[in-house]
Amino acid sequence: MANDENVLIDNVTRGEYKYGFYTDIEMDTAPVGLSEDTIRFISAKKSEPQWLLDFRLKAYQHWLTLEEPDWAHLHHPPIKYQEIIYFAAPKKKELASLDEVDPDLLETFNKLGISLEEQKRLSGVAVDAVIDSVSVKTTFTKTLQKHGIIFSSFSEAVQNHPDLIKKYMASVVPYTDNYFAALNSAVFSDGSFCYIPKGVRCPVELSTYFRINAANTGQFERTLIVADEGSYVSYLEGCTAPMRDENQLHAAIVEIIALKDAEVKYSTVQNWYPGNSEGKGGVYNFVTKRGMCRGANSKISWTQVETGSAITWKYPSCILMGDNSVGEFYSVAVTNNYQQADTGSKMIHLGKNTKSTIISKGISAGHSNNSYRGLVRMSRRAENSRNFSQCDSLLLGDKCGAHTYPYIHNENKSSIIEHEATTSKISEDQLFYCLQRGISEENAIGLIVNGYAKEVLKKLPMEFAVEAQKLLTISLEGSVG
Amino acid sequence: MLSIKNLHVSIEGKEIIKGLNLEVHPGEVHAIMGPNGTGKSTLAAVIAGREGIYEVTEGEIFYKGKDISEMAIEDRAREGIFLGFQYPVEIPGVSITNFMRTAINEIRQYKGLEQISAANFLKDMEEAKKLVGIQSKLTNRSVNEGFSGGEKKKNEIFQMAMLKPDLAILDETDSGLDIDALKVVANGVNALKTDQNATIVITHYQRLLDYIIPDFVHVLYNGRIVKSGGKELALELESKGYDWLKAEA
Ligand SMILES: Nc1ncnc2c1ncn2[C@@H]1O[C@H](COP(=O)(O)OP(=O)(O)O)[C@@H](O)[C@H]1O
Ligand SMILES: [Mg+2]
Repeated sequence: MANDENVLIDNVTRGEYKYGFYTDIEMDTAPVGLSEDTIRFISAKKSEPQWLLDFRLKAYQHWLTLEEPDWAHLHHPPIKYQEIIYFAAPKKKELASLDEVDPDLLETFNKLGISLEEQKRLSGVAVDAVIDSVSVKTTFTKTLQKHGIIFSSFSEAVQNHPDLIKKYMASVVPYTDNYFAALNSAVFSDGSFCYIPKGVRCPVELSTYFRINAANTGQFERTLIVADEGSYVSYLEGCTAPMRDENQLHAAIVEIIALKDAEVKYSTVQNWYPGNSEGKGGVYNFVTKRGMCRGANSKISWTQVETGSAITWKYPSCILMGDNSVGEFYSVAVTNNYQQADTGSKMIHLGKNTKSTIISKGISAGHSNNSYRGLVRMSRRAENSRNFSQCDSLLLGDKCGAHTYPYIHNENKSSIIEHEATTSKISEDQLFYCLQRGISEENAIGLIVNGYAKEVLKKLPMEFAVEAQKLLTISLEGSVG
Repeated sequence: MLSIKNLHVSIEGKEIIKGLNLEVHPGEVHAIMGPNGTGKSTLAAVIAGREGIYEVTEGEIFYKGKDISEMAIEDRAREGIFLGFQYPVEIPGVSITNFMRTAINEIRQYKGLEQISAANFLKDMEEAKKLVGIQSKLTNRSVNEGFSGGEKKKNEIFQMAMLKPDLAILDETDSGLDIDALKVVANGVNALKTDQNATIVITHYQRLLDYIIPDFVHVLYNGRIVKSGGKELALELESKGYDWLKAEA
């Protein structure tokens, strides 16, 4: 019986990534390898001020003293840092129409319900100047300006708002934080900057989609979000459509600062190329994401749906410094074939009456490995603080692995840390029940998995949630049907 | 509609069904009775196409004139075979509404029909809910999760009303129901009955058969149908129990 079930689940989960890579991209590139010269090249390309170049160089010097971390439950061949090109401004080769786009990619877009316009943008088809999205973008920019909200590429912000960048950059993730943070700080290519002024409630979801020149941020992305006192913003990163990328190594940094009474919701869908069904290729994603609830009553929540990348190393965290501040982490991580994910969250309680919630749903299929790694720390000062963590794993088949590594440090008696964990399998009974109602294997697994992840998916903004649901089904689908 | 010839089924090498024959025509209601562990649920699962532990070692199952031994579970369902489960399964986080809409649309797609409109779907849901007397809220809840025994069984009949099968096999739908719920369920089944469809009611009490009147009653015992008759056979079983059948088996 176990065997039949495995064959079934095997068939359903052995889905191929629906999209290969584009080649033919002209580069404006830095010399291969990493050195002070490379860093000076990058900084000069971006006409950066001296202080930023100095910051990069210091980070580089520090990085040289570090060793790649090996504590995660991840296995990969050594990364050859001297063989990477650290700066490449891709000149996009525009296609004339969707007819030139890989039909498999279009099929995936259709399954995800992505509009034609969006399909063109994502697949690099020249976008006609009269179409809607341009005017939408303009309206969007005007709305933000009216409220004094700054939303631009990181490079632009360095030129236009150097004081804000100087004040907040690396204030949450210093370059000394870890190996990949040091690397990013030395060579970051571009990213986003967002500032919400005092008392402003950002009226729209800020999506990287709307940022001008959003397409090419490179493999070392850097994002900085600052919510001033009493402000609110919901920020969306990534998209559910498959992300093509030639770069194997991605090491991003995201920093969020919430001042007194401010709230930031950060939602992300990561769907980088996961490698093929034999485990060849795919993106290595080593990200440092951290938010600082600096003021009293501030709140930061991270919601992530991770379906892509060959390797994911990612622990969106909150430092709860302000009294009564709140940190949340909601995560769905899917691994299939030979994907590996080591992901989770850190909640560092420093202020009094601080609260944190961690809900993590891991789904593993194929030969993949899915680990939850989390740290909850209550400092001595963090009186009457609370954490609740729920870490669930769902296994499809018996060749995959799920692991949970919760680390807990409670340094004061008035605080409470609760941790719950479950591991379950999609049962043959559940599948039979669905099939008996006329539902295909593919959709049955999709339904069950989405039901399992519902608690997290409902935290996503509406349109994003609908797409993410379809994405979960597609990530696990296979050669069936 | 359904024609089973000399069916043999084994579970883990042990023969459970040992040469079973059954003929069901449109418009008929058949009752299959028998003590626990005689293979009633096994028969239902095999008609629905379940494999895994069930191994059909001999015999044929014809449905609507076709041998369905190679037909996938979901295709049998789409062709109109419905199984009301003895133990309905919980699917956490999946609302009944979503579950049913997915099922109906897949069946429609199989038949080359377009997706059901939201308005029609809601209308059908309201009718089906009324038929089995389930509360409106229930369909927003996750499939069978935290349902009482009665709610689970009503939910099976609700799904039957939504899917309008040609052949419904109801496996112990009466167990765990109080008399009021039993009447509601029976009324639902009777209301769905036409001269085009057929129902097989599996039960080991005759109680249900006071409300769903069968045209034929079969006694399954030790993997075989040892006796068939009209509805009066059910009464006989009720008074005499199953022991007297040992001789016939
Ligand atoms: N999953 C299983 N594994 C092993 N034996 C089983 C399993 N399911 C049923 N059986 C056996 O098959 C026989 C028939 O079971 P079943 O069809 O459920 O009977 P009924 O529905 O008539 O009570 C019983 O002897 C039971 O123990
Ligand atoms: Mg049974």
